[in-house]
Amino acid sequence: MSASVTSRWFFVAGAVVALALAGVASYYASSDPDGLERVAADEGFIDDATEHVLADSPLADYGVAGVEDARLSVGLAGVVGVLATALVGGGGFWLLTRRKGGDGDRRTSPAS
Amino acid sequence: MHIPDGFIDAPTSLAFGAVAAAGVAVAIRAARRSLDERAAPLAGLTAVFVFAAQMINFPVAAGTSGHLLGGALAAVLVGPAAGVLALTVVLVLQAFLFADGGLSALGLNVTNIALLATVAAWAVFLALRAVLPKTRASVTAAASIAAFVSVPVSSLGFVLQYAVGGTGTVDVGTVLWSVLSVHVLIGAGEAVITGLVVASVLASRSDLVAGWRPGRAGSMAAAA
Repeated sequence: MSASVTSRWFFVAGAVVALALAGVASYYASSDPDGLERVAADEGFIDDATEHVLADSPLADYGVAGVEDARLSVGLAGVVGVLATALVGGGGFWLLTRRKGGDGDRRTSPAS
Repeated sequence: MHIPDGFIDAPTSLAFGAVAAAGVAVAIRAARRSLDERAAPLAGLTAVFVFAAQMINFPVAAGTSGHLLGGALAAVLVGPAAGVLALTVVLVLQAFLFADGGLSALGLNVTNIALLATVAAWAVFLALRAVLPKTRASVTAAASIAAFVSVPVSSLGFVLQYAVGGTGTVDVGTVLWSVLSVHVLIGAGEAVITGLVVASVLASRSDLVAGWRPGRAGSMAAAA
């Protein structure tokens, strides 16, 4: 079957996986420099990086300002990020596709 | 992979900001044409998953890590246009909410990670799908290989930007070699994650997968 689970379960499972990754697993992520940082360090231009304009913002560097516990701090930041992405991404795609139907556009029922 | 402010000079960053804006505008038009209401939730979930997965840096070599870029994953799941938009949403939120990726470098990062990785992955995926048998296993394999290729291609975007407006003094050839060798390793991780996720979605809801769906533009049937 092409659809072995219902949409509801599929999206619930997807959301759970994303929340688990961002909210829990993120604490265990490698803190080594990433590929580009490593190259910049090796090739001597890492110090060209200037401080981020928003470096003092409440969620900067995937931590919640004022939360001392590192596990909680990154986990909360991850959950906020997941919710924000769902809001902006989900909302954006909803608007993008909704508008098509709303306009009485050329393809009002593309689904077979 | 996210470029901070300062690595690339202002004129170059601005120019790539224009490239990124043009690419995103094209993606919006294309997505408006190709994406239907049923595909919108998966496109949103793809953005969410890519954001979450990008928080998980995995070790690739002594003292070096990498994380999923997600261009191949997004392209295969929701198509290249919606894929570009999903990754752009992630990059914008990372820059503004988490101070990850410079604000002046946003155009550079959108060009490399949202545009280059996604488009390169989709091209590789289409080419492989055209010659492979029409099975879930081969669609998964094609997605993995596309993912592997997409990371070094994306990193070449940085090399180009460095060549045009890098503030560093090291010559471009050295940076090219250095950037490529580490991003080939990260590409291997990208291939594994992309393969696992595509296989899972194909096993549960293959009807939602843009790179699989029969009878649609850019689908199995169209490629056959």
